[in-house]
Amino acid sequence: MKEILRILERDARTTPQQIATRTGKSLSQVKRAIKKAEGDRTILKYKTVINWDRVGEEQVWALVEVKVVPQRDVGFDAIAERIYRFPEARSVYLVSGTYDLAVLVVGSTMQEVAGFVSQKLAPLESVQGTVTHFLLKRYKEDGEILGVEERPKRVPLMP
Amino acid sequence: MNPEGSPISRRVREVSPSGIRRFFDLLASMEGVISLGVGEPDFVTPWRIREAGIYSLERGYTSYTSNYGLLELREELASYLAGRYGISYDPHRELLITVGVSEGIDLALRAVLDPGDEVIIHDPSYVSYVPCTVLAGGVFVPVPTNIENDFRVRAQDIEKRITPKTKAILLGYPNNPTGAVMDREELVKIAQVAQRHNLLVISDEVYDRLVYGVEHTCFASLPGMKERTILLSGFSKAYAMTGWRIGYAAAREEIIEAMMKIHQYTMMCAPTMGQMAALEALRAGDADVEQMVAEYDQRRRIMVKGLNDIGLTCFEPRGAFYTFPSIKGTGLSSEEFAERLLLEDKVAVVPGSTFGQCGEGYIRCCYATSLVEIEEALERMARFVKRHQAR
Ligand SMILES: Cc1ncc(COP(=O)(O)O)c(C=O)c1O
Repeated sequence: MKEILRILERDARTTPQQIATRTGKSLSQVKRAIKKAEGDRTILKYKTVINWDRVGEEQVWALVEVKVVPQRDVGFDAIAERIYRFPEARSVYLVSGTYDLAVLVVGSTMQEVAGFVSQKLAPLESVQGTVTHFLLKRYKEDGEILGVEERPKRVPLMP
Repeated sequence: MNPEGSPISRRVREVSPSGIRRFFDLLASMEGVISLGVGEPDFVTPWRIREAGIYSLERGYTSYTSNYGLLELREELASYLAGRYGISYDPHRELLITVGVSEGIDLALRAVLDPGDEVIIHDPSYVSYVPCTVLAGGVFVPVPTNIENDFRVRAQDIEKRITPKTKAILLGYPNNPTGAVMDREELVKIAQVAQRHNLLVISDEVYDRLVYGVEHTCFASLPGMKERTILLSGFSKAYAMTGWRIGYAAAREEIIEAMMKIHQYTMMCAPTMGQMAALEALRAGDADVEQMVAEYDQRRRIMVKGLNDIGLTCFEPRGAFYTFPSIKGTGLSSEEFAERLLLEDKVAVVPGSTFGQCGEGYIRCCYATSLVEIEEALERMARFVKRHQAR
C-alpha cells in the first residue's frame, strides 16, 4: 500500500497498470488499494505543482506566526478551526516554539494578504499577536527544486 | 625492442582491445540516442555525502592519507561489515581503502599470482577480470554459466576446471552483466571446493547492496572463508559515487599487507576527499541507499516485463541494475544487434559478447535510467525487434 501511495505522491498520473508493473502487484490489487485509499481519505486529492512565476501570475505568499491563548477543553483546535475555514489560509499548522499556529496565507496582492491578517486573523478573540513574513523567493516547493538543474552527462556506454 | 619490433610489451599486446570501442565513435556522431549501455547509477551522489566532501575541502583535508586509507574510515568500515555480515576485520591490518574496486581487482590479482597461475572466472563476467589476470601474469580459465541456471556459477563446474596450477576462484555476484545473484547453498558448495583444493577466492561484491527481494550473502562470512577470501567492494554503485573512486579490500593480514605494498608504490592512497565522503556515506547513507534501491526495483520490473513482452526473453535478475535478454530470436549476433539497434533506432546497449563467449546471443540493458527513458527505449526496441524477427 505504502509503495503505491509513494508512486502516486510523486506522480499522480501514473496509471494503475504502470503501478502494477512497477510493484509486481496485479492490476486489480492496485485498483482496489487506490479505491480504498480514496474512500478513507488517505488520498485527499490529486493536484498539480505549478510554477506560477513562469506565466507571470502574481501571487503573494506569507507565513504568519500566530500566538494564541488556548481555550479550556478544546485547546488550540477551536481557534485553528476558526482560522483554517478561511480560504486565504492555504495551510495551518500547530507548532512548538515561540508561537503556536503557523498559517500560510496566499493572496494576489500584498494588500490583500495584509488585510486578511489585520482584519480577520489578528482581531480573533484568543489571538494575542501575529508576525507576518512575506515570501520573497521560492527555491524549492514540496520537494521540487524550482530552478533548472544542470544534469551532468554520463558516459553513454560503459561495460 | 622485442623480436616483433613493437614498442609495446607482449603482455599488454596480449590483452585484446575492448569490443565496444567502435561504438563510442558511432555514438559520438549521433544525437537523440537513449542509452541503456551505462554502467553506473543515474542518481547524483546524495547531497549529504557530497556536502561532506565539500566540507572536508573547506577544513583543509587536502593531503595524503595513510597508505591503508583514513583510519577513521577503516574503523567505520570494520563496524559496518561486522554489523551487516557478522565478519570482523581488524581495521589496522585487514582493510585497505582502494581507488575503486577496479584497483582492488588489480591489486588482489597481482598480489597472489605467479606467472602461469590459473584463475577460474565465470563467463560472462565483468570486463576487467580477464585483462587484469593476464596483466598480472596469470592464466584465465573460464567456467561457462547459462540461462538455464539463471547465469549462476555452479560449484561442480568450477571444480572440474581445477588443475595443480589453479590459484584462485574469482566471483562477481551480484553480477555485471547478467544481474544474477548467487544463493547461499551454492556459495557454501563453492567454499567447500576452495577448502578441498586450497584455493583463494576473490569476491567482487560491489553490487552487494543492490539486491531485490533476496538477501546478499557475503562470501567471506561463510564458515572458514574469511581466511581464504579477498573481499572487494566499494561505494560506486550503492551510494552513486562512481566518480569519487573509493573502494576497499578486506582480507587476512598477510594478503592486505601484500596488496598495500603494490598500492603504496603505484597509488600512494585513495583520494582524500572521496574517503571523507565515503565516511559520511557509511555513517548516514542508509536511507539514501534504500530509496535508490526501491527506485531501481520498480524500473527493474518495468524493464523485465517490457523486454519479455517484446520477445527479448530474459530471466528475472535479482541484483545490480542490469537485465540480460536473449536476442537469439532475431538471428543476429549480439554485436550486430547492438550496432543496428543503435544506428536504426538509436538505443545503445552493450553486446553480451563483450563479457565473454557465453554472453553471445544476449545484450546487457541497464535500468539505472529514468522511467521515461526506459519506456521510450522499450518502444524503440519493440519496433526494431519487429523488423528483425528471424523469418
Ligand atoms: C562488477 C564490477 N566490479 C567493479 C567495478 C568497478 O567499480 P569501481 O567504480 O569501484 O572501480 C564495476 C563497475 O562497473 C563492476 O560492474
